[in-house]
Amino acid sequence: MLGLAAAVALWAVFPLYSAGNWAGVGAVVAVTGLIFYVYLSKRAVPAKYLVPGTLFLVAFQIIPVLYTLSTSVTNYSDGHRGTKEEAVEQIEASSVQRSPDSTSYTLTVAARGSAPGGELVFLLTAPDGSAYAGDAQGLQPLPGATVTPSGKITAAPGYTVLPPSQANARSEEITGLAVPSGSGTGIRSSGFSTAYEGRSTLTYDAGCDCITDAETGRVYTADDERGAFVADNGDRLPQGWRVGVGMANFARFLTDPDIRSSFLGILTWNIAFAAGTTAMVFALGLCVALTLHTREHFTGRTAYRLLVVLPYAMPSFAMFLLWRSMFNSDFGLLNRMLGLDTDWFGEPWTARAAVLIVNIWLGFPYMFLVATGALQSIPRELVQAARIDGAGAWQAFRQVTLPLLMVAMAPILVATFAFNFNNFNAVWLTTEGGPFPTDNPMAGATDLLITYTYRLAFGASGAQYGYAAALSVFIFLIVTVMSVVSLRRSASLEEVHR
Amino acid sequence: MRIRSAGLLAATAALALTTACGGGGQEAADQPKGTMVIWADPERTEVLQPFAEEFGSANGIKVDVQEVAADTIQSDFVTAHEGGSGPDVLVGAHDWIGNLVQNGAIDPLQLPQEKVDALNEVAVEATTYDGQLYGVPYAMENLALIRNTELAPEAPETFEDLVETGKRLKQDGEVEEVLGLQVGQTGDPYHMQPFYTSAGGYLFGTDDQGNPDPADLGVGTPESVAAFEKIAEFGEEGEGVFKRSIDAENVASLFHQGKTAFFVTGPWSLGAVQEAGVEYDVSPVPGFAGGEEPRPFVGVQAFFVASGSKNKVLAEEFVTNYVTDPELATALYEADPRPPALTEVMEKVSKDDPAVAKFIDAGADGRPMPAIPQMDAIWDPFGKAQAAVIGGADPQKAVESAAETIREEIG
Repeated sequence: MLGLAAAVALWAVFPLYSAGNWAGVGAVVAVTGLIFYVYLSKRAVPAKYLVPGTLFLVAFQIIPVLYTLSTSVTNYSDGHRGTKEEAVEQIEASSVQRSPDSTSYTLTVAARGSAPGGELVFLLTAPDGSAYAGDAQGLQPLPGATVTPSGKITAAPGYTVLPPSQANARSEEITGLAVPSGSGTGIRSSGFSTAYEGRSTLTYDAGCDCITDAETGRVYTADDERGAFVADNGDRLPQGWRVGVGMANFARFLTDPDIRSSFLGILTWNIAFAAGTTAMVFALGLCVALTLHTREHFTGRTAYRLLVVLPYAMPSFAMFLLWRSMFNSDFGLLNRMLGLDTDWFGEPWTARAAVLIVNIWLGFPYMFLVATGALQSIPRELVQAARIDGAGAWQAFRQVTLPLLMVAMAPILVATFAFNFNNFNAVWLTTEGGPFPTDNPMAGATDLLITYTYRLAFGASGAQYGYAAALSVFIFLIVTVMSVVSLRRSASLEEVHR
Repeated sequence: MRIRSAGLLAATAALALTTACGGGGQEAADQPKGTMVIWADPERTEVLQPFAEEFGSANGIKVDVQEVAADTIQSDFVTAHEGGSGPDVLVGAHDWIGNLVQNGAIDPLQLPQEKVDALNEVAVEATTYDGQLYGVPYAMENLALIRNTELAPEAPETFEDLVETGKRLKQDGEVEEVLGLQVGQTGDPYHMQPFYTSAGGYLFGTDDQGNPDPADLGVGTPESVAAFEKIAEFGEEGEGVFKRSIDAENVASLFHQGKTAFFVTGPWSLGAVQEAGVEYDVSPVPGFAGGEEPRPFVGVQAFFVASGSKNKVLAEEFVTNYVTDPELATALYEADPRPPALTEVMEKVSKDDPAVAKFIDAGADGRPMPAIPQMDAIWDPFGKAQAAVIGGADPQKAVESAAETIREEIG
C-alpha cells in the first residue's frame, strides 16, 4: 500500500516538477504525506479505513464538481480557451504575410563558427544562384559557398551547416528569426529548405493594450470583459482568451425566452421518461424473475435466463442504433412486420413511445438479475407461513414478498431513476431529441434536459464549456433534490425490516 | 439499468480536468525530442506511414503517424493543443480552419507561388482563410449523381428528368425508391446543398474579398423560402422523392441492392459501389428545370501545421515541401480514391479512372464549404428545417424559425 502510494507519487511528481507546476507538486507531497502518516502511526486506526474512500471521493466527485463550478463563471469556449498572452502571440504569428513580389530563397540552416551550437544563420540562395548569409542584423553576400544544383548550400567558410535533426532542435530560434530585408519586411523560414520575404501586419502594443493593423491602420483594443480584441466598428479578431464572466452564463440560461418556454415541457417529459423507465423495467424485470423463480424444475430454465439477460450483455451503443433502424418508417423491421405505416420518429407521442420501448428493452434484464437475487434471499418459509395463515398467492406476494424485496430494490430503483434522468445515449442515439416543432429547432419532443442542454452548449457555435458547465450545475441541483427526496422516502421502507 | 455515473458532461469535465492539471507536461515529456507526430484519421494513417518513415529517415528523425477517430479528431486536436501535448502535423478537412484559427491551434503556411499554381484553384481557395493559406490541400471531394446504368442508361439533364425516370421505374416495380438521397430525421444540409442552391437559395453572401460574409445570412431570405417551397414539392407530401426515412445508414444499401436507380453521394462511396457489382456511371447532380446551376459543397482534405508544435521546422518542411510531392498524392489517391488537389496528379489519375474525372466535372460549379466558425450555427437548425419541410411542414415557418435560431447563435 505504502509502496504503491510512493510509486504513484514519484510517477506524478517528476512531470509536474519539470513543468514547474509547484501547486501540483505540493498537492502530491501533501497527499502522500497524509497516507504515510495514517498508515505508519498507531493511533489513527479509523482513518485507515476512511482515507482511501475519502481520497477517491475528493478526486472523482468533489474536484470535478468544483471544477465545473469554476468553469461555469468563465467564457471558456472555442475561441476563448487560452490566456491573453497566447492569443496575442498567435495573432501576431498568423498575421505574417508574404510580400506580393517576394523572392523565394533556397534555405540552408547553419551556425556561425565551427560548432553546431553557434549563433543561428540563414544561408540563402536567390533564384539567380547568388548566395547570402542572413542573421538578425541583415543580409550579407556569401563568397566561397558550395552550392548544389538544387540551390542547397552544403558548405561555407566560417559556418557549420546544420543537418535537419539539429536544425529541428532549434525550431524556436529558426521560426523566430526574420532577417531584415527592407522596410518592415523580413526573410523568414518555411521549413528548413525554403525562405520567403514577408511582414507581420498585426502588432501588439502593451502601452495601449491594443493591436494595430499596419495595412488598414485599424486599431483593435483589448476588451477584458469579453476576452477579445475589438475595433471601433465592432469587428473583432478571431483569437480570444479566457476571462471570468461572473454569473453571465447563469443569467443567459434564466433569461432566454426560448429556454423559458420550452424548459417546463422538457423537465416534465424528463421526469416521465425516468420514472416511466424505472417503473416499467422494475415491473417487467420482477415479472420475469417471479416467473422463473419457481421450485418446479422445467427444462431450459438456464436457457431462458440466458435469453432474458442477452440485451444486457450487448453493447448498448450498438443496440440503440439497431433499434433506430428498426423504427424506420419505410424500411424498418417493425413497420414491415406489423404492416404498420407509423412515422415513429416523426410524431411526438410515437417517438416518446419508441424511446421508452428501446430503453425498457435494454434496462429490464438488469432488474431481472437483481430481483432474482433478492427473491432467492427471501426465505420461502415466510411465504409458506403466510399461505398456511390463509393468505392467497397475490396477498402473500403483496404483503410478504414485495416489502422484503423493496428493501433491497429501493436504492437500486433510486439509482436507476437518477441514471435514466441523465440517460443521454438513449435519446441522442435514437431520436436525437426529435421530432422538433417547426417553430423551434432547439427543443424536441423527446429531449431530456441533458440532450437539450448539450445542444444549447455544443450544438451550434462550437464548444461552449463555460455555458455547458453552468447548465450542468442546474441539472446537478435538480438531480440532487430529486435523489435526496427519493432516498428519504425509500428509507421509510426499511422501517419494515426493523 | 447499468449504474454508471459517467454522464457525458462529467466525462468532458474530467477530461478537461486531466488536461488542465498538468497532464500536458506529462505527455510532452513522453515524446522524446525529435519525434515528429502526425495525427490522421484511420483511413489515412496506414497510407501515410511509409511516406512519413521515408521523410524521417531522410532527415535523421523519428516520425510517428498516430490514428485518431475521425469524428473526434478536430476536438481532440484543439484540446490537446490547449494542454500543450498536441501533434506537430494534423490531417483534416478544410472547414475546420475557422475553428482551429480562433483557437490559435494552427499556423499559416507560406507556399512559393509555383507550388500554389500547381494546386487546384478551388482547393487553394478552400484552404485560404482571412487572406492566409492555412493548409496544404491534397484531396477534394464533392457530391455527384451515381446512377445504375442497367436501370437508367441516360444521365438525367434536369432533376425533373430524374424524377420522371425514377417514377417510371417505380411503377414498373423495378425499384422501390425514386432517389437515394440521405435526409434523416434531422435533415442533411450537406447533401441537400445542390438542390437548395439550384432552387435559388444560399447560406452566406460573399464580402468584397470573396470570403463568406456572416453578416449576410441567406437563410430566412425570400430566396431561401422559395428554395424550400421547391424542395417541399418533391417532399413526402409532394412527389415523394425526398424522404426522411432515407438516412445515412440505409441509403447506400438501397442503391447497392438495386432498390433505387439514383444515388447522390461523394467519391467516398465509389469503392463500396464497385464492390457491390452495380453497373454505374457518374454525372453531375442535376438541377431543377429553369433553376440555377446546382452548387454542391467542395470539401478539401489538407495538412496543417500545429502552432504548438515543438518540431515546427520539420513540420513546416514536411507540409510545404514534402506533401506537395506528386508521388505522395498518387499513393494517397490509390489508398482512398478521392480526386487529388495537385492538378498534375489529377490529370494523370483521371486518365486511368474516368469516374474520378466525372466527380471532378460534377464539382466544377461547386463552392468550398464555408470555413468560418459561424457555419457551425447553420448545420443543426437548417437541417431540421429541411427535414420538417420534406415532412410537409410550412416552408415559410420552418425557414424563419431556423433563421432566427441561427441569428441568435451568430450574435
